[in-house]
Amino acid sequence: MAEEKKLFKVTIDNITVEVEPGTTILNAARMIGGDVTPPAMCYYSKLKGSGGKCRTCLVEVAAGSTADPRPMPKLVASCRTTVMDGMIVKNITSEKVPDARAGVVEFLLLNHPLDCPVCDQAGECHLQDLSFDHGKEGTRYEFKRRTFEKHNLGPYIQLHMTRCILCYRCVYTADQLTEKRAHGVLDRGDHAQIATFIEKNLDSDFIGNVIDVCPVGALTDKTFRFKNRVWFTKPVDAHRNCTKCCGEVQLWMRGDEVFRVTARKDEWGEVKESTKGGTGWICNDCRFDKKSVSDWTIEGPSNVSRHSVISQGHYVGLQKPTETMPAVMGGRQPRLLMDIHSVSEVNPESVELSKINRPAHSSDFNSDKS
Amino acid sequence: MGVKLLLDKAHVPGIRSYEVYRREGGYAAVEKALKMSPNDVVEEVKKSGLRGRGGAGFPSGMKWSFLAKPEGVPRYLVCNADESEPGTFKDRYLMEFIPHLLIEGLIVSSYALGSSRTYIYIRGEYAWIPDILEQAIAEANANGWLGKNIMGTGFDCQIYVQRGAGAYICGEETALIESLEGKRGNPRIKPPFPAVKGLYDCPTVVNNVETLAAVVPIMNIGGEAYSKIGVGRSTGTKLISACGNINKPGVYEIDMTISVEEFIYSDEYCGGIANGKKLKACIPGGSSVPILPANLLLKTAKGETRYMNYESLSDGGFATGSMMGSGGFIVLDEDQCVVRHTLSLARFYRHESCGQCSPCREGTGWMEKILHKIEYGKGQMSDIDLLWDIQRRIEGNTICPLGDAAAWPVAAAIRHFRDEFEWHVLNPEESQTRNFGLAHYADPREVVA
Ligand SMILES: Cc1cc2nc3c(=O)[nH]c(=O)nc-3n(C[C@H](O)[C@H](O)[C@H](O)COP(=O)(O)O)c2cc1C
Ligand code: SF4
Ligand code: SF4
Ligand code: FES
Repeated sequence: MAEEKKLFKVTIDNITVEVEPGTTILNAARMIGGDVTPPAMCYYSKLKGSGGKCRTCLVEVAAGSTADPRPMPKLVASCRTTVMDGMIVKNITSEKVPDARAGVVEFLLLNHPLDCPVCDQAGECHLQDLSFDHGKEGTRYEFKRRTFEKHNLGPYIQLHMTRCILCYRCVYTADQLTEKRAHGVLDRGDHAQIATFIEKNLDSDFIGNVIDVCPVGALTDKTFRFKNRVWFTKPVDAHRNCTKCCGEVQLWMRGDEVFRVTARKDEWGEVKESTKGGTGWICNDCRFDKKSVSDWTIEGPSNVSRHSVISQGHYVGLQKPTETMPAVMGGRQPRLLMDIHSVSEVNPESVELSKINRPAHSSDFNSDKS
Repeated sequence: MGVKLLLDKAHVPGIRSYEVYRREGGYAAVEKALKMSPNDVVEEVKKSGLRGRGGAGFPSGMKWSFLAKPEGVPRYLVCNADESEPGTFKDRYLMEFIPHLLIEGLIVSSYALGSSRTYIYIRGEYAWIPDILEQAIAEANANGWLGKNIMGTGFDCQIYVQRGAGAYICGEETALIESLEGKRGNPRIKPPFPAVKGLYDCPTVVNNVETLAAVVPIMNIGGEAYSKIGVGRSTGTKLISACGNINKPGVYEIDMTISVEEFIYSDEYCGGIANGKKLKACIPGGSSVPILPANLLLKTAKGETRYMNYESLSDGGFATGSMMGSGGFIVLDEDQCVVRHTLSLARFYRHESCGQCSPCREGTGWMEKILHKIEYGKGQMSDIDLLWDIQRRIEGNTICPLGDAAAWPVAAAIRHFRDEFEWHVLNPEESQTRNFGLAHYADPREVVA
């Protein structure tokens, strides 16, 4: 029965894509890329059940489908809402989304210690990116920020509960990659915390991957702790023959020294597919114990595609994020995000400032009127 | 004297025991239902117009007909007896005094939905009630109303009682299901809805205790007759748990035609405001619904009498109305402080948030801290606007309705009692020694001594 697979058309911020039924709005937006893609702090495409919690990916559904074009009454979590044929979604073009998202960012930062200067995640932290893109300066919170009793998770993994945003990714990781999950969320509400119930080391073979999935500096690599800032190190793709995992990693090097080993990440900050198939999770041996160049076959500098500070260095094959603004704005090239030219009397669209070979004078604008 | 369908026999001596309950006509609904087809029972409930008594008021018959029925997959009925909403204690009363009514309703409903394993998930703090229910279940088993091949129809059914561990959030139906499965009681992200994927990923209906008990009179008198009691889409009778500054706190069964004024002041119900005080405000449907000042409680914004039913209580939307909710009727007299009251609700929601989603986890704590500041004379005018802004950004942006439930009381308190908040800010010292009083939303009625 060769039934033709019907694709669903979905329009996000004026850009239409065709996707398979069952695709979430977020993944459809990721196919478009660029600014149209909502930020996702808890969803992780490789972890079953993840998403829906942080609420940063909220979008407005302006029309549910061709069959039922009514708008959805509330903003929806794009990571957990599947598209319908003819759905119209507004993300950056929505009037409600930026306000709600700024609210979520404020909530996420409310009790965050803002200790980036001493945090190993700084430079590759999704909360930093999120607050830079969607947050406000300053805080309206005037109370003492939340602190927790320290929990020791053993020799490999450092837990800073004050930085945790309770995305649950590490919990799903332990559920799905290890034999028996030894940590989880204790208590509830704003006193909920990641912990082992009775003080216990996390030492299962694949548990190190919680470091890679953690969007913030709540779970970091103890063997890398305070050794260097990520932006001073250089990511290099390397592999070795490993009996436990795919053995495909990124080495974070300075000179000949391997400071840190992580799995390879894609442009959304998620662990990539391995060339051998399946997700390229790596084992604790590769991550924590192989810190010498001779342990590895170096492939070459990594493609850096995330818009984190790492990409500010000059890397071979740097992939810039997709530029979607012209499409969102119906073909117009943005000069400024808010196009003042179409409404401005003094700075009309017909005057191309870049074509004037000297500083512009008022006469340049007035001549247009005469 | 209004019609009573649920509690009419609650005070017959010995009604807790099977013998007395049966002698008073108990289990007739099972006898009647099991002679009908399950679909016909569902139709009867549809006809009755019964709406969920757990808070949202969703038509029960419709909910039942949404239940998916894939071949070879069990279906479950779960009775929500978690009742943890501040101000609501009607289910406790029903289970404690007339437990067989719930068991009978559960058997009929299980038959209608095809559930052979039915669960009662009961609030942990109701420590003494599981024994009462288990006793009733044992008696029903012993008399052939439960077990294998009930009344020779081939229908098997067993009822299990599961105690919660004291979390309000486990009353939310998907959190309840998670908890019942032995997991952390976090609400699930919907869809899928329980009707498709509920307990152990099987189709599941979760209903409130009172909803399921109401199925008994519906079977006994017929859906048609049931729908004639009450008014409009508020059919049948409703249990109201009344508390606060009234002369006669307690659980009352009303048919939904009486006015709010009658409910508060008549001797048949609350018996008026205690100690000869005046009515200031009321939360008519459990702590999550908007508080209303006296003037808007007794009359709608249009000046019409407000009645104790779904439509009338929500007349005017959130701007000037409230909700029937779960029937927890909390009355505040002129000596009560709205700021303090709102603080205590905010503290409750902060404590009970499951912490999954950021707006609720962080916003509830923030609101509590600001309210605390205002109540203790340290507030600023800008704090009131800030509170408004926080609740606005929680509402509608969360996984489950607890976020809304935390936002609404704060929003309603500021909407209707802003002058009292401002008075607190402007009179930090005086507000520590006396309450604001009644102001313009004064009780329109004369005090009856
Ligand atoms: C935070 C929260 C707590 C709830 N607690 C209860 C409860 O204790 N009892 C109850 O019957 N419904 C409770 N509900 C409503 C249930 O989710 C569900 O709607 C109800 O059990 C459905 O039953 P009904 O259709 O018979 O009303 C709660 C909902 C929320 C969001
Ligand atoms: S520790 Fe990290 S991964 Fe785990 S819940 Fe917190 S933020 Fe998420
Ligand atoms: S709204 Fe509150 S209680 Fe509901 S899922 Fe979110 S954090 Fe949990
Ligand atoms: S990414 Fe969708 S809610 Fe967190």
